[in-house]
Amino acid sequence: MDIHVRNIEKDFGTFKALDRVDLDIESGELIALLGPSGSGKTTLLRVIAGLEFADQGEILFGNQDMARVPVRDRQVGFVFQHYALFKHMTVLDNVSFGLKVRKDKPSAEAIRQRATELIELVQLGGLEKRYPSQLSGGQRQRVALARALAIDPKVLLLDEPFGALDAKVRKDLRRWLRDLHDQTGVTTIFVTHDQEEALELADRVVIMNKGRIEQLGHVDAVYEKPANPFVFDFLGNTNIVPVTLRNGVVNLGQGDAAIAESSGSKDGPALLYVRPGDVRIAADGAAGLPTTVQRVQRTGPIVRIDAEVFGSTAPITVELPHLHHDTSAFQPGAELRLRLLQFSLYAEDSGALLGASTPADAIGVAASRQRSR
Amino acid sequence: MSAQDHSLRDPPDLPRPFRPSGPLMQRNSAITERRWVQWTLIATAVVFLLFFLFLPLVAVFAEAFRNGVSTYLIALQEPDARSALNLTLITAAIAVPLNLVFGVCAAWAITKFDFRGKSLLISLIDLPFSVSPVVAGLVYVLVFGAQGWLGPWLLEHDIKIVFAVPGIVLATIFVTFPFIARELIPLMQAQGTDDEQAAVSLGASGWKTFWRVTLPNIKWGLLYGVLLCNARAFGEFGAVSVVSGHIRGMTNTLPLHIEILYNEYAFAAAFAVASLLASLALVTLAAKSFLEWRYGDELAAGRRH
Amino acid sequence: MTPLLATGTRRRIRKSAIPGFGLTMGFTLVYLSLIVLIPLSAVFFKTADLGLDGFWEIITRTRVLNALKLSFGTALIAASINAIFGVLVAWVFVRYTFPGKRLLDAFIDLPFALPTAVAGIALTALYAGNGWVGQYLEPLGLKVAFTPVGIVVALTFVGLPFVVRTVQPVLEDAEAALEEAAASLGANRWQTIARVIFPAVVPSILTGFALAFARGVGEYGSVIFIAGNLPNVSEIAPLLIVIRLEEFDYAGATAIAAAMLIVSFTMLLVINGLQVWSRKRSEKL
Repeated sequence: MDIHVRNIEKDFGTFKALDRVDLDIESGELIALLGPSGSGKTTLLRVIAGLEFADQGEILFGNQDMARVPVRDRQVGFVFQHYALFKHMTVLDNVSFGLKVRKDKPSAEAIRQRATELIELVQLGGLEKRYPSQLSGGQRQRVALARALAIDPKVLLLDEPFGALDAKVRKDLRRWLRDLHDQTGVTTIFVTHDQEEALELADRVVIMNKGRIEQLGHVDAVYEKPANPFVFDFLGNTNIVPVTLRNGVVNLGQGDAAIAESSGSKDGPALLYVRPGDVRIAADGAAGLPTTVQRVQRTGPIVRIDAEVFGSTAPITVELPHLHHDTSAFQPGAELRLRLLQFSLYAEDSGALLGASTPADAIGVAASRQRSR
Repeated sequence: MSAQDHSLRDPPDLPRPFRPSGPLMQRNSAITERRWVQWTLIATAVVFLLFFLFLPLVAVFAEAFRNGVSTYLIALQEPDARSALNLTLITAAIAVPLNLVFGVCAAWAITKFDFRGKSLLISLIDLPFSVSPVVAGLVYVLVFGAQGWLGPWLLEHDIKIVFAVPGIVLATIFVTFPFIARELIPLMQAQGTDDEQAAVSLGASGWKTFWRVTLPNIKWGLLYGVLLCNARAFGEFGAVSVVSGHIRGMTNTLPLHIEILYNEYAFAAAFAVASLLASLALVTLAAKSFLEWRYGDELAAGRRH
Repeated sequence: MTPLLATGTRRRIRKSAIPGFGLTMGFTLVYLSLIVLIPLSAVFFKTADLGLDGFWEIITRTRVLNALKLSFGTALIAASINAIFGVLVAWVFVRYTFPGKRLLDAFIDLPFALPTAVAGIALTALYAGNGWVGQYLEPLGLKVAFTPVGIVVALTFVGLPFVVRTVQPVLEDAEAALEEAAASLGANRWQTIARVIFPAVVPSILTGFALAFARGVGEYGSVIFIAGNLPNVSEIAPLLIVIRLEEFDYAGATAIAAAMLIVSFTMLLVINGLQVWSRKRSEKL
C-alpha cells in the first residue's frame, strides 16, 4: 500500500509538533523517520496510524483519504516501544487478539492456525503458551510484531521498536526485521533517533527536526549529501571549519579545492563540514590544510588526532585506521597537512548547501565508511 | 525497562512546557468513550456520591441546627457532653502516641531487616482491621471482666479496667492499632536502606540515624497515619460501647454520648454533638488532601489503603 | 557465588549495618501480643471451653443463625453495590475531567473519617419515613430505615471507599499504549474495555470487594441506628453479641464472636492471596 502524507499540521497547545509535512511512501518500502527528541517523528507516525488526529492535511492510503477514519478501521499494524503486550494473555492469545475482535471473525481453528503461523514466522515456535512476563525483551518485541502482522496490515508502523532493548539484541533484531520485511513486503515505517539504525535498516530515511522534514532520500544520498548543517551533524561526528569562498573556490591550502557542485553561490564566509573519517594526512611535501597536532589517542583500530587549524578556534578531529600509519610520527606540536576527501559547504547565515566535494580518493572513503548492509 | 514512562504522556519526547494539558486518554478519541457515554457515567457516579456521601454529611449539620443556634450551643455546653469530650480527648491522647511508637518500631523492624515470617507479621498487624469492633471490645471483657482471666485478681487488688477508662483506652488502641504502621511500612519499604547504611557507615548511632535520616524521609507519611489514627480514635463506637458500661459523666465518650442522647429522643442535641465529630472528620479530610496534594510524591508508596 | 551464600552474606551485612533490630522487633512483638494476640486468643480459649457441641448448639440457634445470615447477606449485597459503583467512580475519576472532581475525590474517604455513630444517625434521619429521602421512597412502598434495606444502605456507606481506593491506582497506572494497541488491532471500545482493561483491574476489584465485605460483616455503629434491631429480622450478629454480653451470657457472646472471627480470618487469607495474585499479574513488562 502506498501512503501519502499531504500538508499535515499538528499543534499541542503552542507547540508545533508537525509543520506542513509532505511525504510519499511507495508500496513495499521500508522507511525510517529519524530525528532528535521533539522533532515530531513519533507524532507523524501516530497521525498515520490514526492514534492522533492532525489539525490539517490529508493522509492517503492508496487514494483513499484516511483523515477521518478511526484507528480501529485503518488496518495498521502498530508496534509500540514498550511492546504493549496484553499481560494476562499468552503469546498465542496476544497474536490472535486482532483476529478475535474482527466483525467477520474467522473460525477458532483458522485463528489458531494463522496465529501459529505468525509465531513461527517470528521464530517463537514452542512459546505459544508463555505469558509476556516469561519472555525476554527481544522475544516480547517479536510477539508484538507478530500480533501486528496478524491483521494483514496495509502498513506496519514501529515506534522506536528497539529502543528498550540492549545493544546486542538490538543489532540482531535489526537484521532480522530487515529480512522479515523482505519476506513479507509490507510497507513499513519506523521511528528511531539512532542514525546508525536508520541507515542500516531503511531504504529511505526521513530526517525530521522541529516538526519539519529536513531531508528525505535514499540512505546513501542523504549520507553523502546532507541538505543542511542539521542533517550533516545529526548523521555522525562532525568537524566544522570556517572558510572563505572566492570565485566558487575554497582555499584549503591543498591546491585550491574546487567545489564539485557550485550552486552559483556568492563569495564570502562559509562553513565547511567534514567527518573525522573523511580526512587524511597529506603525503610528504604535498599541499594540504596546515594544522598543528594537539593530542593523539588510539582506541582500538582507530587513531584519533585532534589538530588545531590555523585561524580557527575549534580543533579538527581526524580518525585514521591504525594500520596505515605510524602513530609515533604525530607528536603534539608537530605540523600536519590534511587532505579533506569529502565535505559539504554551507552558507554561514542561512545554512543552505553551497556545494559538496566528491571523494577524490574513492578507496580511502570506502574504507572509512564500512556499512554493514 | 519501565513501561510506565510511556503511559499517560504522548508524544513521549515533547519538551516540557509544551506537554498537552489533559491526559492522553481524554484527547485521544481512539481510546476513550463518546461524549454522551462519558457524561452519563459521570452523572451516575456523581448522583451516587451525592446520595451516599454528601447528603448524610449535610443532614448532620442541618439536624444539629434545626432548633436554632442557641439549642446547639446549650447541647454542647451540657456537663455530660463536656465530660464525654474530655474522655474522648484523653483516650486519643493516650492511644495515638502509643500506636505511633509501635508503628515506627514495627516499620523499622520490618523494612530495615530481613527475617523469616515477615509477611505473617504484617498480616498480624493488619488483623484488627478485619475484626469487628464489637469483638474487639468483647476480648477485653473476656480478659479483664469479672468472669475473665484476670478478673478475680483485679477485683482483689481493686483495679477496674473494663467498664472504666482503661478499658476504653485499650479498646481504642486495638481498633486504631494498624493505622500508622500500615502507612509507614510501604513507604519505608520503597525508600530502602541505603540512606541508613550510609549514615551508619559515617559513624552515626542508631538513634541519630533514625532522627536525622529516617524521620525526615517519613515525616509526612507519619503525619498522614497519625491523622487517620486520630480520626478513628475520636470516633470509635462499637468497641468502646462494649467495654464502657455507659456511665454518664464517667465512661462516656462523644460517640457513646450521641447514642444516649439519640435513644432519649434528644435528636437536636445528638446531632449537635455529632456535628462536632463530623467537623473533625472534615478537618481530617482537608489535612489529608492537603498532604496528598503537597507531598504526594513522598507519600506515594503508602498513600492508598 | 551460589545464591544461598549470597543471601547469607547480604543478611549478615544488613543485620550488622543498621542497629535497632532487637529493640524495635522486641517492642513490636510484645505490644502486638499484649494488645491483639493474647486478648483475641481469649475468644478461642473461651470457645474451646464450650466444646464443639456447645459451640455448634449456640450458633445454630434460630436467632443466632438469622443474625449471622443477616450480617453476611447484607454485607455481601453492600460490597457488591460498592464493587459496581466503586469501579464506576474510580473510572470516572481517572479518565474524565469534570468540575468538582477534586472535591469529590477528597470526599471519598469520608466514611473512613466520619465516626460510625454519626453516620448511623445521619443515615437514619435521611431514610426514615419523614426524612429527606425516606419521604419520597416510602410512598413508593420502599421502606428503608428500620428494615434490612437500611442495613444495606449503612454498609454501602461504610464500605464505599474500599473499592474506589483499590481500583483507582490500578487504573492510573494503566498504560495508554495497551488500549491503543487494542484499537489498532481493530477492537472497538467495548471489546477493549472487556478484554484488555477489565482483566487487569479484576484483582483490585476483588480486593476492594473483600475489604468492604469484611468491614460490613463486623460493622456495628452505623447499623444499629438504622436497622430497627428486630430479632430474626433486622438484628445483626455484632448486636447480638452485645445483647448476650448485657445478659452476662459470655459463652453465647463468645461463640458468635468466634464464628465471625473464623470467617474474618478466612477473608483475610483470601485478601492476601488476591494481593499476591494481583502483584504477580501486574508485574511490569
